[in-house]
Amino acid sequence: MTTLLEVENLSRSFGGLVAVKDVSFSLRAGRITALIGPNGAGKTTCFNLVAGALKPTSGRVLFEGRQIDNSPPETVCRMGIARTFQIVRPMREMSVLENAMIGAFSWTRNVSEARSKAYESLESVGLAAKAHARADQLTLPDRKMLETAKALSTRPKLLLLDEVMAGLRPTEAAGIVDVLQRLAEGGLTILLVEHVMRIVMEVASRVVVLHHGAKIAEGPPEEVVADPKVLESYLGAGFHA
Amino acid sequence: MLANPYVISLMTIVLLFTFLGQSWNLMLGIGGQLSIGHALFVGLGAYSVGVLYVKYGISPWVGLLTGMILAGSVGASIAWLSFRFQVRGIYFALLTIAAAEFARIMFSGWEFVGAMQGLFFPAPTGGIEISMLRGDTRFYYFVALALAALGIIGTEFISRSYLGYVWRAMRDDESAARALGVRTFQHKILVISISAATAAAGGGVLALVQGSIFPDSIMGMGLSVDVLIGPVVGGLGTTFGPLVGSLAAIPLNHLMSALGDSLRIPGLNNITYGVVLISVVWFLPDGIWPAIVRLCKAIQAPPTAWLWQSRKVEE
Ligand SMILES: Nc1ncnc2c1ncn2[C@@H]1O[C@H](COP(=O)(O)OP(=O)(O)OP(=O)(O)O)[C@@H](O)[C@H]1O
Ligand SMILES: [Mg+2]
Repeated sequence: MTTLLEVENLSRSFGGLVAVKDVSFSLRAGRITALIGPNGAGKTTCFNLVAGALKPTSGRVLFEGRQIDNSPPETVCRMGIARTFQIVRPMREMSVLENAMIGAFSWTRNVSEARSKAYESLESVGLAAKAHARADQLTLPDRKMLETAKALSTRPKLLLLDEVMAGLRPTEAAGIVDVLQRLAEGGLTILLVEHVMRIVMEVASRVVVLHHGAKIAEGPPEEVVADPKVLESYLGAGFHA
Repeated sequence: MLANPYVISLMTIVLLFTFLGQSWNLMLGIGGQLSIGHALFVGLGAYSVGVLYVKYGISPWVGLLTGMILAGSVGASIAWLSFRFQVRGIYFALLTIAAAEFARIMFSGWEFVGAMQGLFFPAPTGGIEISMLRGDTRFYYFVALALAALGIIGTEFISRSYLGYVWRAMRDDESAARALGVRTFQHKILVISISAATAAAGGGVLALVQGSIFPDSIMGMGLSVDVLIGPVVGGLGTTFGPLVGSLAAIPLNHLMSALGDSLRIPGLNNITYGVVLISVVWFLPDGIWPAIVRLCKAIQAPPTAWLWQSRKVEE
């Protein structure tokens, strides 16, 4: 199996606050990895560093062996990394379908091709019926799914999902878990931030745990949840089950 | 109606400002970049036509093309400089005014282009000469009509192409657009230079219609405001907004200024303008055209509107 993404000694501080501290991990192609940790652990900051939205204070990010931490977000996206935003960012005045089309324009200029890719992405997250609604009319869980559809339209090799299942009913979340598993079988690599441990246990083949910006554990989900350091970090912050 | 020369001249101005409004609308309504110094580009177009024709007898067609290239390059340079140095949003808008004022002052003191005394086109001979773009008021009415039609077709065309989609995405949320692979830096420069070039074309024709060019009127703040009234009143980001807005605002302005003259209330037109602008923003915040579209839908009588309605939400 090949390594798709390598994060090496990544750090990022905001003023005096070190949000990500010397974090290293790597992602194997075609696997689903979960990035977990209590609130404020640095998960979203990690995503921003990988996606080019933030520059690291130190450390490197390699994608397919190439250093990407100096590239702007649009370049990183075009190389094959798509991300969702935890605080959703729909294009408000555009329809759901149009939102999903934008990602496709990173690889085609053909409008009807982009439209059919957008439909396909919306269908996979269960939003096709709302394709013609305005994006700002969606409920929050639907907006999270729209984030996922927008990212999928870019035809990524690596998908970064930041709490996209928050607010979904368990049956809906199970549907999305199915979709993610199918995408991974198709070769997509996924890095997932998720607070619901049941979902993490079900979907992830590997888990990376952050706490106060540092990596405190990494391994298969069963091992990680049994790790006393992990339990302590979570119990200290209130365990989400 | 077209027999009345006053109506013809008024409609010519309405159609020219429709076209200028479309150029401005492309930049803000679709591309999300605010310019309040569009007079710069209008003026560059006017002077290109004027200088080449009045000084060298070169056809205004060449002048129009020169003006478009010049204004497009100036627009691209301003955009490049400001976005390179992270000047955005309202600060970018201030920069456009500063650039326009700088150009106005420069042209006001530049003897070669007539300075404050301006440039005058030779009086029309009466005949229509398409190769020199010269003719009577009716001729210019049809030129303006063609330009406005071209503007509408062009806006629709761009709006439906991939450019329209990525520009609207960039307008709605620049970071989100970048995360989806949109190279917003290039696209901002592109939309601004297209807008600048089309504004210059409109400016060139405006100069021919007016028969003279003065830096204070063609490059002044007043013109920058006149350019944006149509799309703001008519409906930002819509294809027909600039037309509807210009049709509503310009005749009203002329009427009020005539009324102000006869009632000896100087500035009545400006006061009315202000009142109309405020009422539109207050009662129809997204402009007249979207309101017309809504009304037609409400009374179940889709006129041609369904074909051409606001491009904000597709299908
Ligand atoms: N742009 C920023 N400027 C200043 N501080 C920031 C910024 N972004 C994040 N932080 C801080 O960095 C720390 C890590 O934040 P981050 O959003 O990465 O956590 P997280 O693990 O995603 O948390 P959550 O589970 O709440 O989403 C927090 O203390 C946060 O306040
Ligand atoms: Mg977060």
